Amino acid sequence: MKGFILSFRSEFYKTRKTLGFWGAIILPVLISLLAFVAVYTKSDKFVNTPPMMLWVQLSMISLGSMGSLLLPIYTIFVAYSVNNVEHKADTWKTLFSLPLSRWAVYGAKYFYALFLLFLCLALFVIFNIAFGNLLGALKPELKFGEYHMELELVQVYYKLFLSALGILSIQFLLSLLWADFLKPMGLGFVATITGVILASNNWEYSYLFPYAHPMGAVRSMIKNNKGPANHLEINIYTHEVYVSLIVAVVVFVAGYYIVQRRSIK
Amino acid sequence: MVIQTNGLSFSFGDQQVVKSLSLEVPAGSIYGFLGPNGAGKTTTIKMLLNLLKTGEGSIHIFDKELNSNRIGILKQIGSLIEQPAIYHHLTGKENLMNRAMLLQVKEQRVDDMLKLVQLTAAAGKKAGQYSLGMKQRLGIALALLNDPKLLILDEPTNGLDPNGIIEIRELMLRIVKEGKTVFVSSHLLSEVEKMATHVGIINHGKMMFQGTIGDLQNINQPQVYIETDNTVDAANLLKRHNLEVSEIANDHLLIPFTSKQQISEMNALLVQNGITVFGINKQHKDLERLFLDITTNRN
Repeated sequence: MKGFILSFRSEFYKTRKTLGFWGAIILPVLISLLAFVAVYTKSDKFVNTPPMMLWVQLSMISLGSMGSLLLPIYTIFVAYSVNNVEHKADTWKTLFSLPLSRWAVYGAKYFYALFLLFLCLALFVIFNIAFGNLLGALKPELKFGEYHMELELVQVYYKLFLSALGILSIQFLLSLLWADFLKPMGLGFVATITGVILASNNWEYSYLFPYAHPMGAVRSMIKNNKGPANHLEINIYTHEVYVSLIVAVVVFVAGYYIVQRRSIK
Repeated sequence: MVIQTNGLSFSFGDQQVVKSLSLEVPAGSIYGFLGPNGAGKTTTIKMLLNLLKTGEGSIHIFDKELNSNRIGILKQIGSLIEQPAIYHHLTGKENLMNRAMLLQVKEQRVDDMLKLVQLTAAAGKKAGQYSLGMKQRLGIALALLNDPKLLILDEPTNGLDPNGIIEIRELMLRIVKEGKTVFVSSHLLSEVEKMATHVGIINHGKMMFQGTIGDLQNINQPQVYIETDNTVDAANLLKRHNLEVSEIANDHLLIPFTSKQQISEMNALLVQNGITVFGINKQHKDLERLFLDITTNRN
């Protein structure tokens, strides 16, 4: 466990000055800012919108883009960047000749990628709420203060996080095994596009394909209950999320056995 | 023995690159692991570090089996394999700090290592901007960070200028004085003969020679060096008189030495046949030539 913690800290130390790390912060800042500017500049159009719909419209700008393409692509990028640090510096051989178990090195790297993904999505929630309240303060005619959906936002992004874990495990393993940029990225992009097509066409088995999970997760987030119209209920544990979690665990464990047995060039 | 391998073999696909290798590296030695490029040196080193899984045979380091004592053994080893593995986006010091974090070594040790390899002044510079020599020195600092009992260096002087080579040689001698063991690979005998106490020569994955540097000199056969005005005629003449000529060059001949009597007879023979002899004397082959003989003739 000590080796794992040491390796995890080292992952942060190594990447803290790279785009791999800063991407987790820049992406939510940029997208949330964009959503803020979009609503702010068109505020007159939203004057008569009910508070709940205001929040939904603001949130859907980030959620829509993340749910369709950005989240899978960001996940592919994170998986690539944490492994690329070692490929680029040719440091796998030194990393695996240190007195650390192979599990500690592999596990810490994976969980660091997982942490970056979590950080990115957590910042989306925070900026979404912050910018919503800022809009309410700057433009009092927009009644952002009259509705609260913090819990729902946390739930939705938590669902998105879970739905991206399948992709993370697959891409992590691909990026670990392949030193070049094109193979894991190319494969990931093609799979993502396929996933988007499958999910947007409502193919009934799209929940079985990991790259369709983020989009499927957004589409299945609203519970179809007959509650009052001013209340949203988020359905977190849908098919996509379960399949994503199963894929994530299976590929992560399989990856460990591959690393354990593999020779380091 | 610090390193002992038995019947160590390794194959890439169906190509066997290390064949039944039995290394014996005694404690406190500087062991020069020699062989031409592609002889299997790096593959062997990677097996010693548990990076490549051994096909057949066993590896014992500090008298413990490697696979079952991996972490305990690796704690006491410092290594530099091929080009130094350095994060180019971090400074020299950050590279060392990162490793120090993993090895739980204090920052003071990092500063000491920077001083040792004379990188204190460049510590704050991005390692990507280092010259090849500086990178190599940083690699050595990284290898020494955990104060290892066994230092494994793979071609540490590759790409270094003569000054750098001398510095590294002195560093190794200093380390061994502290009671440590150095295992250093090279494709040049001249590079290690001045400091190595033991030598292993490998070619095509097979051990061709292993022993002390003295043993290596002992198998070195003396030769008679003859310089004449016409080496070709001289060589033909000697051959006609049933003498073996081991080398014909533009300006000299080499004949295996048997006795002093033989030297005077050859001299007389050449002079009587009208060949001017400029010089004739007994010589030992230098080790470099011996190394070439071992690695080219005995395949």
